[in-house]
Amino acid sequence: MTVYVLRRLTAGLVLAVLVTMITFLLLSTSFDDVASSVLGNGASPGQIAAQKAQMGLDRPLAVQYGDWLSHAIRGDLGASYFTSEPVRSAITARLGVTLSIVVVALLATSVISVALGVAAAARGGAVDRFAQGAAMTGYLVPSLLVAIALVYVFAVKLHVFPATGYTDFSESPARWASSIAIPVVALMMGGVASLTSQIRGAMIGELRKDYVRTLRTRGIPTRSIVLRHALRNAAGPALTVLSLEFIQMLGGALIIEQIFALPGFGQYAFNASLQGDVPIIMGISLFGVLLVVAVNLVVDLLNGWLNPKARIVS
Amino acid sequence: MTTPHADTRRRSTLRRLTADPQAVVSASLLAVIVLLGLLAPVLTSHGANEANLDAVNAGAGDHGYLLGGDKSGRDIFARLLFSINTSVVSALIGTSIALAIGITSGLVGGYFGRRVRGVAEWVFSLIMTFPGLLLLIVLMPVTKGDYKATMVVFGVLLSPGIYRLVRNLVLGVKNELYVDAARVSGLPDRRILRRHVLTVVRGPVIIATAFLAGSSIAVQSGLAFLGVGSNTVPSFGAMISDGFTNLYEEPLQFLWPSLALGIITASLVLLGNALRDALEGGRPKPARIVTATTYRAPATEGTVSGLLTVDDLAIAYPTPTGELKEVVSGVTLSVAAGETLGLVGESGSGKTQTAFAALGVLPAEAVVTRGSIRLDGRELLGLSERELRAVRGTSIAYVPQEPMSNLDPSCTVGAQLVEGVRAATPMSRGEARDRVLALLARVGIPEPERTFRSYPHQISGGMAQRVLIAGAVASRPLLLIADEPTTALDVTVQAEILDLLRDLRRELNMAVLLVTHNFGVVADICDRVAVMREGTVVETGTTEELFATPRHPYTRTLLDSILDETTLRTDPPATPAGALETEKR
Repeated sequence: MTVYVLRRLTAGLVLAVLVTMITFLLLSTSFDDVASSVLGNGASPGQIAAQKAQMGLDRPLAVQYGDWLSHAIRGDLGASYFTSEPVRSAITARLGVTLSIVVVALLATSVISVALGVAAAARGGAVDRFAQGAAMTGYLVPSLLVAIALVYVFAVKLHVFPATGYTDFSESPARWASSIAIPVVALMMGGVASLTSQIRGAMIGELRKDYVRTLRTRGIPTRSIVLRHALRNAAGPALTVLSLEFIQMLGGALIIEQIFALPGFGQYAFNASLQGDVPIIMGISLFGVLLVVAVNLVVDLLNGWLNPKARIVS
Repeated sequence: MTTPHADTRRRSTLRRLTADPQAVVSASLLAVIVLLGLLAPVLTSHGANEANLDAVNAGAGDHGYLLGGDKSGRDIFARLLFSINTSVVSALIGTSIALAIGITSGLVGGYFGRRVRGVAEWVFSLIMTFPGLLLLIVLMPVTKGDYKATMVVFGVLLSPGIYRLVRNLVLGVKNELYVDAARVSGLPDRRILRRHVLTVVRGPVIIATAFLAGSSIAVQSGLAFLGVGSNTVPSFGAMISDGFTNLYEEPLQFLWPSLALGIITASLVLLGNALRDALEGGRPKPARIVTATTYRAPATEGTVSGLLTVDDLAIAYPTPTGELKEVVSGVTLSVAAGETLGLVGESGSGKTQTAFAALGVLPAEAVVTRGSIRLDGRELLGLSERELRAVRGTSIAYVPQEPMSNLDPSCTVGAQLVEGVRAATPMSRGEARDRVLALLARVGIPEPERTFRSYPHQISGGMAQRVLIAGAVASRPLLLIADEPTTALDVTVQAEILDLLRDLRRELNMAVLLVTHNFGVVADICDRVAVMREGTVVETGTTEELFATPRHPYTRTLLDSILDETTLRTDPPATPAGALETEKR
């Protein structure tokens, strides 16, 4: 088990190195623009070259990346070209905001989708039509529009929630909750749609299986058959969908943060990219990959716990 | 491959699509929208970026602006039309890149060996790790925010989905006999891939394309909303963003682009779903696990007596046209206490349906149309699930045909049995555990402790069948219904399982209803036999009688077909059809 986790973590680190390396190589094609945007408009080619040399951007790419990596391993991600703010502390400060909405949205998505999908598969009829309708709406309406509609109704018309801004959890849990409520709902729509369909389909398949009939003949209550047996077997593929949904939400959070003016990771990334602030972009890619690796690891471990055949013999 | 058959199938798919209002409406909407985009230069005399300072926030129709002006004085109608083109180009770039990369590598990865697949797999899981939108934004310095370049990157990010889809389909079809045959006959790989494999992949890929186009458009709009890219490129996202800042004063400026974007993405999803229905058949519908039996048996005395009596039982299933088709039509049989009755007949004769009806576990679609099933004098038809549960746990038990699929794969053997024991008789977990271990030892499992902790995939088929028998007899039932209990097992194991059933029956003084098509098993273990054919019992008698003097021609046919294996057949087999015609006359 420990061996497995260690092996997966190593693989995750290799992945992080690869992703940051590819990002760096892609970014290297725009170093001239980066230098000129630091200098401001109207810089001469000579000035740009001098600026690049001063920033170390004229060195061989391998040397530059190695330099970044060796610092990154020691926890030093450099500082912004423009504000000189240290990248690591800037990202961790903003990560809390993004993770607040993504993690809450992910949890809420799982709960709602399991409830809807299981009820739809086990009861059929009106519940099923409702679940399918809800899933369809989630697919059909772009989440961008959902978010704006929610702001319009709940924040502007009804004044139930604040339209924009973020309150930290440590400051006031209640205000934190109301500041992320609409963003979370907007972020969830697509996830609920795909996860509900996934769970509904998998549960329909499981409930038709032979072992369900045999368990019934032993006098085992339907509730236990559905929740303890069928759901457990249906949960594996759903978990995979959930981990993909996490990646999706991490991306979706960018738009949501923009709409609701939340001071998150996404907004920071967006501004840095507009300016070509290489240290920040690199730091963000690194954190993004590490988050995905962590979530995938958790999902794989959960999957092993759910499904004995997927369990790893170490 | 253009065989006449494939041709008719393609045509009928097309016909199904044109008959589906969802497909027709969504496809026509999309066609109209694309056409509007193409005709934009004809339909409006204003450019997308042409600003008229007099027309700032102009109302509909002012200054020749059909839908009014936006906050920079540009024609909203013209911008909408030109935004369609941006969306269409985005969708084309995103989907074609994703399809080109995904299909090629899916075909290669699926068709060729493990090593090639390993590499492809690795590369695509790497791509899947990138949080899409984040990467698109991070790469802004590289793409310079140009929406076409961005869509190229997005296409790459979409490709893993297509790769996996195609790879799975190819892996599925690769070992089909006709592909083998093509390979053996010396067709080059390239031609096999094109002619045989691509035909299988086509349908699912067409469906996926609709969804890919939808997400390309949504992402392009999302990025434009954020302000990625040049503001001279007209886009729904940019229009929504402008409208958003102006939401309170001029809500219509927000409404139009949102409506257009919503209609386009929704039409693509609906079209995708309609394509899926047409190409892959309807999606599965949920079936209630618990059958709500509406039928109630008449309170009259039955014509047969015994522990289990089935009287004139009829079971029907709805056909696609909505009519009911009987699969069991008037079965009458009885099992006395302690007796073993063999229920024989070929597959499809309604044996298993009769057994399921007695257990109350018919599929939800099944309809009991008449008859009665009594256990120890108590009518079972029409009992609620709760009442049935009590009967099932204690009086009537079931041993299935296929041992492996009848165990929950993700639950230990012990946990499944303990749950059953405790459902039938309330007791503590520890007591139930001891009881299960004793039962496992009784049914001949060498290491009960180890099997108790094992998962179903860790034990053999014979062991699994013993486990299921243990689960069935755990509550000392009056009646055991065994549905072909040895058919799925090795010949050597079959005899052991039959011996075990015989011993348990004597020990527990159970009655057994043994569903089988095997007269060897019947001769071995049954006291009496009922022969079923096409949903009715055609003959009942003691085992000796039936073997010695079969009265019904169908019984004779069945008996003939199991003549001992040493006899070489010289004559043509007796025709059951002919025998039946004699019978009907």
